[in-house]
Amino acid sequence: MNEVLNFLIENEILIYLLLFTILLGFEVISKVPSVLHTPLMSGANAISGIVILGAIILIRTTDPSNVYTLILASLALLVGSINVFGGFFVTNRMLEMFNKKKKN
Amino acid sequence: MEKILFLISAFLLVWGLRLQSDPPSASKGNKLASVGMLTAIFSAIIMPLEDSFSNLIWILIPLSFSAIAGYLIAKKIQMTSMPQMVSVFNGLGGLSAVLLSYAEINKWINFSDSYDNTVVIILILSLFIGSVAFTGSLLAFAKLDGYKWSEKLTLPLQHIINLIFLAGIVVISYYFLITSDIIYLHTIIAISLVYGVFFVAPIGGADMPVVISLLNSFTGITAALTGIIFGNIVMLLGGILVGAAGTILTILMCNAMNRSLLNVLVGGFSSSGSSQKRKEQGDIKEISDSDFAVQLFYSSKVIIIPGYGLAVAQAQKLCKEIQEILESNDVEVKYAIHPVAGRMPGHMNVLLAEADVDYSKLIELDQANEEFKTTDVAVIIGANDVVNPDAIDDSSSPLYGMPILKVWDSNTTVVLKRSMSAGYAGVQNPLFFKKNNNMYFGDAKDSLQRLSSELKNL
Repeated sequence: MNEVLNFLIENEILIYLLLFTILLGFEVISKVPSVLHTPLMSGANAISGIVILGAIILIRTTDPSNVYTLILASLALLVGSINVFGGFFVTNRMLEMFNKKKKN
Repeated sequence: MEKILFLISAFLLVWGLRLQSDPPSASKGNKLASVGMLTAIFSAIIMPLEDSFSNLIWILIPLSFSAIAGYLIAKKIQMTSMPQMVSVFNGLGGLSAVLLSYAEINKWINFSDSYDNTVVIILILSLFIGSVAFTGSLLAFAKLDGYKWSEKLTLPLQHIINLIFLAGIVVISYYFLITSDIIYLHTIIAISLVYGVFFVAPIGGADMPVVISLLNSFTGITAALTGIIFGNIVMLLGGILVGAAGTILTILMCNAMNRSLLNVLVGGFSSSGSSQKRKEQGDIKEISDSDFAVQLFYSSKVIIIPGYGLAVAQAQKLCKEIQEILESNDVEVKYAIHPVAGRMPGHMNVLLAEADVDYSKLIELDQANEEFKTTDVAVIIGANDVVNPDAIDDSSSPLYGMPILKVWDSNTTVVLKRSMSAGYAGVQNPLFFKKNNNMYFGDAKDSLQRLSSELKNL
């Protein structure tokens, strides 16, 4: 329990940030029309691929002799970034489709 | 330097997502968000770190491979398969978080003299949620893609087993914390993966809009958790934004069905009450190709109500074709979109957009219910529960209370359907027996094909 408390105190700023970003997140996306539900979802999905930053940092701080960790982190990077790139490209394709219609 | 870059990317992600909730700016929003993401990736590669090594090759190879693979998949994928693709991508995001947390825990155990229990607890949490998102998404994919075995995998005592799983994970995590024995960690992962399957198994295909949104928010949460571990604010921010987006969509979808999240998760309508058989059902009327065509041709206003049947039959282009024929004859054509029509939030909008249907022709629930009163023919294509009058006037119906499209306010309704079978909710639809309703049987694509050629002959 003490440890948890210490962690909270040490990461005070991070905890504040966590609270504010939760509020911000709901505020930013609260009024989305149903036309955009699918693109929003796939776009948000692509953003969840942000975990790959962790994979990159882990790879960079791992001793090259520790191949096991390197392989695991590279795999994480691989699958995560398919999500990122695929997600952004496909969202873009969908939204272009919507735009094209507007001009006609 | 990298701090400024992270700041810029955080700003771009938030602003991009903000723009994505408004149609005219959505495309720009997505581009901004992707620039933000690239900036973040770049910063993570160049930022100065203590004890860092030059492992660039381990980063660049997977990154470039995925960029190409992601681009190709996104280019090739059919719009009708969008729900499947989103769930697979979401599963990959979950898997990525699992691998990352596992690698990180391993490193803590093997290469660090002192480790922080809180960090390990957060990592285990991320492992658990990530695993559930991974296997849950894959099962959701199987259901969406129509694999029969996956449709309703109800297992005996499912809810009790799920509780035991959860309790088991807590106990094993505790043992792992005191012993640091990797075998416990493997058990946690195994149970979490199975739990993901159990979690999605009882949920039926028509409830997939809720499930996909929920799993989406799960991957967001894992991203935020790992962000805490790596002390990276952009990860935290991105993860929370996704978590919020997923949660909002989940709530919207549940509201659109007038059901609680718990009710959806526990396994749909089966548990929500008796779907009693109606006695006085009367007769149904079938309409012939030519009658149907004539009726549409001489209407002044037609509203089309698309549902999952349209997506399965991939008939959206034919739909548009018929719309054009009618419009060239001065018939006003609109589309009424129910929020949960289809298998993912906004599914129908994407399909119709692919077929080049102008989105000003798509109307939402409330407006549609107004407009039905002045409509000559309402054409229901492959939708069922969202037009069931029981939701309004039969308090014993499982659908009771769900906001629905009041198509029967139109002069006549025509239901395109493969057979008389009940909808997902397992209840018969009294609409079919109403006096001003006609049935037009067949697969949506064949039916529309027949109708279209009939219209051209007029």
